[in-house]
Amino acid sequence: MNEIKADTSNMLEIEDLSVEFRTHDRTVYAVNHLNLSVKKGQTLGLVGETGAGKTTAGLAALDLIQSPPGIITSGRITVNGKNVICTKTDNKGKQVAKTCLTKKELQSMRGKTISMIFQDPMTSLNPVLTVERQIAEVIEHHEHLGYTDATAKAREMLELVGIPGERGVEYPHQFSGGMKQRVVIAMALACDPQLLIADEPTTALDVTIQAQVLDMMKKLREQHNTSMLMITHDLGIVADICDCVSVIYAGSVVEHGTLEDVFDHTLHPYTRGLFDSLPNMEDRSARLKPIRGLMPDPSKLPEGCAFADRCDYALEKCSKEKPEIFYRNDEHYVACHLYNEHSIQEGGVLKNE
Amino acid sequence: MKKKINTAEEFDFLSAQKNSQLRDVTRRLFKNKAAIAGLIFLVLLILTAIFASVIFDYEAQCINQNISQRLQWPSVEHIFGTDEYGRDLLVRIVFGSRVSLSIGFIAVAFGLALGGMLGAVAGFFGGKIDNLIMRICDVFLAVPMMLMAIVIVAALGSSIVNLIIALSISSVPTFARIVRSAVLTVRDVDYVEAARSIGVKTPRILFRYILPNSMGPIIVQTTLRIAATISNTAALSFLGLGIKAPQPEWGALLSSGREFIRDYSYLACIPGICIMLTILALNLLGDGLRDALDPRLK
Amino acid sequence: MSEPLLRVEHLKKYFKSPKGTVHAVDDVSFTIEAGKTLGVVGESGCGKSTLGRSIIRLQEPTAGNVLFDGKDISKLSRDDLWRQRREMQMIFQDPFSSLNPRMTISQTIDEPLALYNLCPDKLSRQKRVAELMDIVGLARRLYNTYPHELDGGRRQRIGIARALALNPKFIVCDEPVSALDVSIQAQILNLMQDLQRELNLTYMFITHDLSVVHHISDDIMVMYLGQAIEKAPAEVLFANPVHPYTKALLSAIPIPSLHNRKERVLMTGELTSPIDPKPECRFCSRCLYAQDACGAGDPQLKEIEPDHFVSCFRFGI
Repeated sequence: MNEIKADTSNMLEIEDLSVEFRTHDRTVYAVNHLNLSVKKGQTLGLVGETGAGKTTAGLAALDLIQSPPGIITSGRITVNGKNVICTKTDNKGKQVAKTCLTKKELQSMRGKTISMIFQDPMTSLNPVLTVERQIAEVIEHHEHLGYTDATAKAREMLELVGIPGERGVEYPHQFSGGMKQRVVIAMALACDPQLLIADEPTTALDVTIQAQVLDMMKKLREQHNTSMLMITHDLGIVADICDCVSVIYAGSVVEHGTLEDVFDHTLHPYTRGLFDSLPNMEDRSARLKPIRGLMPDPSKLPEGCAFADRCDYALEKCSKEKPEIFYRNDEHYVACHLYNEHSIQEGGVLKNE
Repeated sequence: MKKKINTAEEFDFLSAQKNSQLRDVTRRLFKNKAAIAGLIFLVLLILTAIFASVIFDYEAQCINQNISQRLQWPSVEHIFGTDEYGRDLLVRIVFGSRVSLSIGFIAVAFGLALGGMLGAVAGFFGGKIDNLIMRICDVFLAVPMMLMAIVIVAALGSSIVNLIIALSISSVPTFARIVRSAVLTVRDVDYVEAARSIGVKTPRILFRYILPNSMGPIIVQTTLRIAATISNTAALSFLGLGIKAPQPEWGALLSSGREFIRDYSYLACIPGICIMLTILALNLLGDGLRDALDPRLK
Repeated sequence: MSEPLLRVEHLKKYFKSPKGTVHAVDDVSFTIEAGKTLGVVGESGCGKSTLGRSIIRLQEPTAGNVLFDGKDISKLSRDDLWRQRREMQMIFQDPFSSLNPRMTISQTIDEPLALYNLCPDKLSRQKRVAELMDIVGLARRLYNTYPHELDGGRRQRIGIARALALNPKFIVCDEPVSALDVSIQAQILNLMQDLQRELNLTYMFITHDLSVVHHISDDIMVMYLGQAIEKAPAEVLFANPVHPYTKALLSAIPIPSLHNRKERVLMTGELTSPIDPKPECRFCSRCLYAQDACGAGDPQLKEIEPDHFVSCFRFGI
């Protein structure tokens, strides 16, 4: 794996992260040597299918992985220059990844420096508290404000996400799905976090509501200069809201670059497959070109490239060796055997480009 | 995509594998050590109950009093000691298990059958039928189980059959509730609707789709209920409404041993431990069965 | 023009709730020609699933007629309906919950065959099950596996095989791909299109995913709060949406490309309640073009150009 130098211009930096879930009869390798970084003030899209390890990566940044069964086996995570997870050598001489923060530091980081928005707004709100109280509690905890001040600020936050402040006294069940997700966003933004991790924030919503929520997130991001990690499976959302994209497959990033790099100069066959699987809005009769097969069982990952079995371009060495990373420019890289230092510049390796 | 199958041989392996479902269940059950321990205990218990009269002499060892031997602590001669009339406790426990186990199993089986049917009908059809059945159950639940059993036995006269009737009727409402709520949770699941859309008829939907998927709580409740029934038999016997002395029965043994708990604690402890172990074995086996019957758990 | 395979006339499905009557489907009429696909789109709560279920009478419609092959489904007796079920099947949204977890794949696919006595003996039934598995692309070795051992795509293939077992003419597909990942979604969509061509199936394809509906449908019907508000051939609807709601809906699709990006028509507000709606255009509270006339009764579908129907007061009703 190529080392990526720590960079102070990055809000979130994850290096060589590996997470395993160990149960009595098997070990699931959810995240495998994952690298990603979110630049300050930018939005990174983390795109992948179910089970690719997107959510696990997001949770690791907040050190929220349930243990047991989850174990971070290696990696370093830095949030705004501060180490959250680092790899240490334990007394037996083995490398282990550990939290570098105390419980207190972690708690003050969560919600204040980083916030997370979960996919399902229905389950991330407490049904027996009014929505303004739920937001106010976060504010009280982090900013040490009194009851009235916190409640006033909670109402402000609600107004910010487009909910009339006086509706704050209502309970979550009185809100529709889209409104609930707004409340969740208001709660996540309440303490003005520097980094927002959004895990499929609009998947449970209808398209028109999704458009409203995305629009609002864009505005808020600009107002507060928040950095964002947008975890999604929808390339349409990525095109809409992100600056950079990392495509994740079987727990590792297979391609990363700016929107333009990845969308218009697609390098990895998997990324190309994702685009081809989508119905073509220009040509109705064009047949879809799905990626054949299925994602490998994360407890039995192949030795070589995890995508080799489904890849139309697979070479002999693909199933034997892990692919190296090649850079097309400063930002855009791909982990694929099809490329070398020369061909990466020329492109044209994939058909129908 | 257009492959045609013509030979019967190709299907041999398919049908051969199909019979393996029962084997799958037993295999999964046998992987669960606790469940197997429970099963072995129960099998031994039932075997000794069946062959009790081969091993021991009922009249001579279990009923006839032998005052010279009274209240002896467990020894090589009397492994479980003797009671206040000098009878061997082991023999009485073995013969007592006949009564206790058969009352426990039969009463619960009847209660489960009737209560389960009512609960399934109530949960599945809902509406007025549901309301009617459940309100009647509520009335029954409002009367303490013990009191109801007393009333039934008192009305019908005390005999083992009447005792079983009383205990099974008093467990019907509980089973009806459990089964109804279990059925309600799976009634509106998509696969039930899918079954309806391919034309599966109601009884089959109930027995093939709904009940197998609501087994968990029912099995747990059944094992607990057998335990409760054994102790209720004891209580009824104590009140003179169940088994008549000198016929031994676990609950009766336990309650008569209570008088001597200060000086001869084994008289109460041993029957108590027997009841406890039986219940534990039932629970272990019940949990094991529930898991083994669920193909989702490997 | 020949008689369409399915003709739905003034179908209504109301539910009673403590707050009032929910108008889940409110006076919907349409036809589907044999071998074609009608896409039904709308947001959650617009009644599209209820419409699908009412047509094949998984739920009893409150009023209206459903003519299938000339026969009025809504008037059939229970036994006749049971016989009719052979011709009308359904594929469900969630491949995780639409299969009985305690039945193996073969048992699930075999169930309809056994019920309708379609095969003379056990062996021929097994053959038919294996044949169906081949048709939907399930490997034979999965014959005795349970659904929980499989991924979503394969499970959805089981659901399709089950629906095909009775050789139906018409299949209601209720969001069959929305629970699947894109790469798997494309596999299933291709499969469904192949099946349609080979077996001459007629689909009613219910979905909230506009790019999917655009891809698979011949005609598209847009629903809003229980009513059909616009219906047109797929190309026409996407090229020239007329109803303000359709416009907003289409512009909200996230486009996975950096080119041809269009300006969004953002809608304000959210779906109003379908409980006891007032006699007015149900969209008017969110509509950019609302005028006084919009409060004057329910607008009716009107043909504004051949095959393009819309219900909006701005088009002269």
